[in-house]
Amino acid sequence: MSTRCVASIWPCRRARCAACSGRTAREKSPSAGRLLTTLLTPDAGSARVAGHDVVRAPGEVRRAIGVTGQATSVDTDLTGRENLRLFARLHRLRGDTAHARAEVLLDRFGLGAAADRPARTYSGGMRRRLDLAASLLTRPRVLFLDEPTTGLDPASRNAIWEVVRELTLSGTTVLLTTQYLEEADQLADDVALIDQGRVTVRGTPDALKAEIGSYAEVVVAEEAALPGAAVVLDRLTGNRPALDAGRRTAGAATTDASLTLPRLVRELDAAGVPIVDAALRRPTLDEVFLRLTAPADATTGTDTDTDTEGIAA
Amino acid sequence: MTAFVLSDSRAMLGRNLRRMRHAPGLFVITMTMPVTMLLFFGYVFGSAMVVADGGYRAYLVPGLLVATAVNGVMTAMLASAQDCQRGVMDRFRTLPMSRFAIPAGQTASDVLLAALGLVPLVLCGLAVGWRIEGGPAGAAGAFALLLLFRLATAWTGHYIGLLVGTEEAAGQLGAATFMLPLLSNAYVPTDGMPGWLRTVAEWNPISAVVTACRDLFGNGGPAADVSWPVAHPVLASVGWCVLLLAVFVPLTVRRYGRDSA
Repeated sequence: MSTRCVASIWPCRRARCAACSGRTAREKSPSAGRLLTTLLTPDAGSARVAGHDVVRAPGEVRRAIGVTGQATSVDTDLTGRENLRLFARLHRLRGDTAHARAEVLLDRFGLGAAADRPARTYSGGMRRRLDLAASLLTRPRVLFLDEPTTGLDPASRNAIWEVVRELTLSGTTVLLTTQYLEEADQLADDVALIDQGRVTVRGTPDALKAEIGSYAEVVVAEEAALPGAAVVLDRLTGNRPALDAGRRTAGAATTDASLTLPRLVRELDAAGVPIVDAALRRPTLDEVFLRLTAPADATTGTDTDTDTEGIAA
Repeated sequence: MTAFVLSDSRAMLGRNLRRMRHAPGLFVITMTMPVTMLLFFGYVFGSAMVVADGGYRAYLVPGLLVATAVNGVMTAMLASAQDCQRGVMDRFRTLPMSRFAIPAGQTASDVLLAALGLVPLVLCGLAVGWRIEGGPAGAAGAFALLLLFRLATAWTGHYIGLLVGTEEAAGQLGAATFMLPLLSNAYVPTDGMPGWLRTVAEWNPISAVVTACRDLFGNGGPAADVSWPVAHPVLASVGWCVLLLAVFVPLTVRRYGRDSA
């Protein structure tokens, strides 16, 4: 299989959670993860994980990492306990240690009650937790998480998020791949947005949001008042507002730090615009992503996440 | 290294035994299928079959023992394709072990289970009139050869499973492996076959192994006027096994190092 290579991977500090996300990144960014986890050997170039070169010292890399892929990679014909014991043994843990470690993880991931049932009877969330537990048997220094919460219910998602937060606190570096930018926002100190195989945007969630500024949005009492609201927003933000007649809403992004909510309300009131709701909110990472990766003349309508698709590594 | 292969093999054997407990279907089929075939072939076809001394059922037993060893292709292929499809293979591949350890563990555990699988067929064979007449050394040699052949077919199957990657494809190919013993002297002697077919059948590795087993069990040596592998069955059998292993072990290990997604 020929794969277009990932052009750039960024250095990542220890004990942090870094996330990458991208648009239609199917054949590009997954390669980054497969490359870093030594599943794929690069044609050229190099990468280091936990200080080890993935080409020259793949064994060292494998000893330092844990991997939880997008597909659940446990043996579904074995029970949860048997899976953890098997992988612990294959990780070269000795019998007693392997068993003890399996029990600790079963307990921690809330799988104690289901430990003796074959994994094929588990719910999606339970399987994902078992998979994650299998990646943590040896306390890896770097954990690769590929879309850990895709398709999970909110409770299972929160459980996974909790584990990731604990891991980063205890010194594990997590490289998270996600299509949910909210997830990156919640967990990551460092976010990279990948577009066409390259990191196009990178920074802390706060810095990324500051880059596109805030989003001012007002709801007016009647549709006829929308043009008036648009004029005010245009003047205050310097951007052409997006109008939604159905929801009687006008909104515009702004990087003007001096624009405050009281001032927004005062100006609208002074212009005689009958507002029923107003907000000056920080953008979501979805909006950041769409704004910063969109072609110059693309969508000026309301920012939605409908075309955020695909993922990274 | 050797210690790791042993411990990985034990872990993989444990895995396969436990899988069997949770999904006993395959195990039951593996154990009963050869016996069913013995009774089926032995009494249905055997009623119309005239072979040299000992009768058709005695002729058939060594053939079925080898055909059972050929199942290593299907069993290993299904297992490795399933592991690929379910993502377990990716987890194995990110474990800190040599690329040799997992297939070695998997095939070694397959051979051990196959050894167990020989028992019902041997007992049933003895019950329907087959006899071990070649002495203990010959019998031990025959069983050793059967297991060596099983190891070679398991590595072959493991590699093909990695190559096809899905259970569906492996299942269909697996059904085709059932044909392999038909093109040999496992079920019928080759002397009645048309010339070209006879050559193909006698150069089929299965024929050499079957003939070697009949020879070692004392059930009769190779007929006159046969192709070289059947005329020198033990040497040819070991040669075939070594050849299969020499090809498929490195291929498998190399395949492990490559990305399959």
